Amino acid sequence: MLQAQHISLAFGAVQALSDVSVDIYAGEILAIIGPNGAGKTSLLNVINGMYHPQRGRIVFQGVERGKHLRPYQVARQGIARTFQNVALFKGMSTLDNLMTGRVLHMHTGLFSQALYWGRARRDEERQRAYVETIVDFLEIEAIRKTPVGRLPYGLQKRVELGRALAAEPVLLLLDEPMAGMNVEEKADMCRFIFDIRDEFGITCVLIEHDMGVVMDISDRLVVLDYGRKIADGPPDVVRTDQAVINAYLGVAQADA
Amino acid sequence: MPHDSRLDTFPKLLLDRTQQHPHKIAMREKDLGIWQACTWRQMYEEVRALACGLAAMGLARGDKVAIIGDNRPQLYWAMVAAQCLGAVPVPLYQDAVAEEMQFVLEHAETRFAVVEEQEQVDKLLAVQARCPKLEAIIYDDPRGLRHYRSPCLQALAAVQEQGRRFDAEHPHYFDEHIAQGHGADLAVILYTSGTTGRPKGVMLSFDNIIVTSRNAVSREGLRDDEEILAYLPMAWVGDHIFSYGQFYCAGFTVNCPESSATILQDLHEIGPTYFFAPPRIWENILTTVMIRMEDAAWLKRKMFHFCMGVAQRVGARKLAGQSVGLRDTLLYALGHGLVYGPLKDNLGLGRIRLAYTAGEAIGPEIFTFYRSLGINVKQLYGMTEASVFVCVQPDGEVRPDTVGTPMPEVEVNISPEGEVLFRSPGVFLGYYKNPQATVETLEDGWVHSGDAGYIDAHGHLKIIDRARDVSRVADANRSLFAPRYLENKLKFSPFIKEAVVHGQERPFVGAFINIDLEAVGNWAERRGLAYTSYTDLAARPEVYDLVQGEIARVNASLADDPQMAGAQIRRFLILHKELDPDDGELTRTRKVRRRFVAEKYTDLVEALYGPDDRVPVEAQVVFEDGRHGTLKADLLIRDVSHETPVAVAKG
Repeated sequence: MLQAQHISLAFGAVQALSDVSVDIYAGEILAIIGPNGAGKTSLLNVINGMYHPQRGRIVFQGVERGKHLRPYQVARQGIARTFQNVALFKGMSTLDNLMTGRVLHMHTGLFSQALYWGRARRDEERQRAYVETIVDFLEIEAIRKTPVGRLPYGLQKRVELGRALAAEPVLLLLDEPMAGMNVEEKADMCRFIFDIRDEFGITCVLIEHDMGVVMDISDRLVVLDYGRKIADGPPDVVRTDQAVINAYLGVAQADA
Repeated sequence: MPHDSRLDTFPKLLLDRTQQHPHKIAMREKDLGIWQACTWRQMYEEVRALACGLAAMGLARGDKVAIIGDNRPQLYWAMVAAQCLGAVPVPLYQDAVAEEMQFVLEHAETRFAVVEEQEQVDKLLAVQARCPKLEAIIYDDPRGLRHYRSPCLQALAAVQEQGRRFDAEHPHYFDEHIAQGHGADLAVILYTSGTTGRPKGVMLSFDNIIVTSRNAVSREGLRDDEEILAYLPMAWVGDHIFSYGQFYCAGFTVNCPESSATILQDLHEIGPTYFFAPPRIWENILTTVMIRMEDAAWLKRKMFHFCMGVAQRVGARKLAGQSVGLRDTLLYALGHGLVYGPLKDNLGLGRIRLAYTAGEAIGPEIFTFYRSLGINVKQLYGMTEASVFVCVQPDGEVRPDTVGTPMPEVEVNISPEGEVLFRSPGVFLGYYKNPQATVETLEDGWVHSGDAGYIDAHGHLKIIDRARDVSRVADANRSLFAPRYLENKLKFSPFIKEAVVHGQERPFVGAFINIDLEAVGNWAERRGLAYTSYTDLAARPEVYDLVQGEIARVNASLADDPQMAGAQIRRFLILHKELDPDDGELTRTRKVRRRFVAEKYTDLVEALYGPDDRVPVEAQVVFEDGRHGTLKADLLIRDVSHETPVAVAKG
C-alpha cells in the first residue's frame, strides 16, 4: 500500500532518520517501536507529509508522492492520524470535533454553509449521519454533546481516533494511542483497533510502548533505534532478535 | 371495559393489537442518534419471521430460550417469538459473569440463547462446554464477531431470513402454534437474584402476568398513549411486567435507551408518562440536582431553595388533592414557572402521570422531594412470586413509611409470627425444578413473603425487614434488631451508600459503612481535602467525623421508638472497599448479602466488639478482567455516643 524507501531526515545536525525503508501492506496492523528518540514519530510525520525527508521517496498506492505535497493533500489521499498529545478542539463538543474530520468530504462553500440552506443542509445531514456511525462504533453516545475539554483523557483519545476515522482514511496512523490509559481502557482501544481493521478495512500503523499490547495486536513490527531500522518482522521473530534486545536492554559498549 | 378472555397469551395479544392498531407505534429504539419507531404491524412482521426462523431451527414446545442483553426491541421480540411456539423465554441478567450464567443455563436446560452482542457471545462460548443442552447462540449485533467460527453461532437477521422462507413453505405454522397456547401455560421463568444461595427460577403463567397487569392497568388508569423507558434489566420481574406484560395489555409505547450510559439523556428526550425506578435511581437523580445546585450562581441557588421550601410545604398536599389557600397556590404557581417546571423538564420527569419506587425502602426526604415537585411517585410492594403487584399506595393516600393497600384481587394477611402473606391471581406456579423451595414458600395459594410487617391503622401495609433477619440484641432490654430497617435509615444519608449492621445476640449494634464516593468526594473537594482513591478517602478522620454525625442523627431518631431504642449504633468502621456484586457482597440488584459479608469480614466484625480502635485488613478483590488482587489497609473503628432512649427514660 505504501512504501517508504531510503528515507533520511535531518534537523540541522540532528539525524532523525537515516536510510529507513518501510513497506506497509494493505490490511495489516503494523507497530513501530523503539526507545525514546528513535525517530518513530518523525517517521509518521514523514508518512503523512508533515516533514519532507532530504532523501528517499514515498510511494502511496503505486504513485510516487510529489516533493512538496502539503499534509492536507496527503490527508485527501486517504491518510489520517492521531497525535501523541491529544490535539482536539477542547471547547467544542464531541460531535463537532468529529464533524471537523468530515471537512474533506464536504462539498459546499463557506457562503452556502453559513446560510445552511439547500445543498449545504443536505450535505451537513449526510456528514452527520456518517459521524453517527462512528459514534456508534466507538460507543461514545453518552458524550455526544459534552465539550471535549471536560472528558477524561481516555475518552479524549477515543474522540481523537473518531475524528481520524471520520475522514474515511485507507491508512490510519496512531501515535501512542494507549499512552496514559489504564488496563481496561487499553483493552477497549485494542478491540477498537482490531475492529477498525476488520469492519472498515483500514490499514493501521501505530506507535506504542506497551510491549504486551504490541505483541498482542500487531501483525508486524518495525523496530527503530537512533534513526535506523534494526528489525522488521512478525512479533515472535522480532522478540528474539539480538539487535532489538540490545537496543532495549542496553549493551556494553566495546570502547567504553 | 371487559377484557376478551380469549386473549390469554402474549402472542394472541400481539395479533390482536396488530389488527386493531397496525400503525400505532409499539416500540422505539435510539439508533445512530435518532429515535427509530416501530409500529405494531412492523413488530408483528419481525416477530413472525423470528418465530418461524426459530421453528426452522427446531425450537419446540416446552424448550427454554435464554435472553441476554440490554433492553433491545429485538430481545423483546425474541421473548414473544419463543412464546408463539410454546417455548419458554428465560431472561438472564446481562451483567452476570459467565459462571453465574452457566448455573442458570444449565438449570433451565436452555436449548437456544438469543443475545445482544459480542460480550454475551464470549461469555456463552466460555461456558458452552459445560452446558451440553445449549445448541445455538443467536446474536443481534454482528460487530466484532466476524472471525468467530463456532458452528452454533447465528445472526438474528439470518434466522429471520430463514424464517421468512420457512413461513412461505408452511404458511399456517405460525398461527396454528399461537392458537395452541393457553393462559395457564408457563410463560416465562425469571431467576431471582437471591440474597442467599443459588438463584431460584420463578415460573409464571400467562394468566399470572396478564391478569395482574390488567388489574394494575385498570386501577392506575394507564392508557395506550403512555410512554415508558425500558432501562432496567430484562431478567428482573419489574421490567417484565412494565415493559412486557403491561405493554401488551395497555398497548402503550416502550422506548429502549441508546446505551446504559445514556439513560439520563434518553429519559430527558422521551419524557415518559409512566416510570419506574428503584430508590437508588431516585437518589442518584436527586444527588445530581443537589450537586449542580451547589455549583450554581448565588441568585439561582437562593431561588431554588426558596421555591423548594414552598414546594415542601405545599406540593405534597396539592398532589393529594387538598386545598392549600390562595397565597400558597400563587407561590406554588410561581415556583412552578421558575423552578419545578424547568427542573422536571430537565430531568425528563415533566410528563409523568404515574411513577413507582420499589425494591427497597426510600428515604422520606427523597420521596417527599419528588412528590413536592408534583411528580406522582408512589411506593409499590411487590415480589417476583406475585408477578410484582401486591400493594400500591392509592392516589391521595401516599405516606412515606407505608407501601399502601392491596391491589385488586390481592389478599394480604399477617402470620402470627409477623410475616406478610398474600394470595393473588399473580401467584407463581412454583420454582422450576425446586419443589422443596416451592413447598416452603407456597402454602394453599398463600405466599410466604419472608418480609416482616404489619397493617397500620389506615389499612396500609408497612414493611419492617426480612422476617428471618429480625432478631434481638443481647442487651438488658433484649431490644429488637431489624438490620435492614437500620441500614435503610443509614442509607437515607446522602453520604452513606451502603451499610451493614451487626447486633444479633451481641451486646450492642455495630455497623460497616460504605461512603458514597460521589457525594463525599464532592464534600471533600469543597473543603480542599485531597484524596487519591476510595480507600484513601474512606480512611480520612474528617470523613469519619462526617459519618459519625450522620449516625448520631439516626440514633436520635431510633431513640424515639421504644422498640428500637436499644438498637442504636455504638461503633462503626468505614470499609476499605466498596461492596461489589462481582465479589459476591451484593446481589445483582444491589442488595447487601449480609451473611456473606459477615463471614467474609469475620475479623472486622470481631474487632467491632473488641477493645482496639484499629484493625488491619487484607482483602482479596476480583478485578473486572477476572484477575485477583490483594488490598491492604488499616481500618479505624469509631465509637458513637448514643442517646438516652426517651421512652425508657420516661418509664
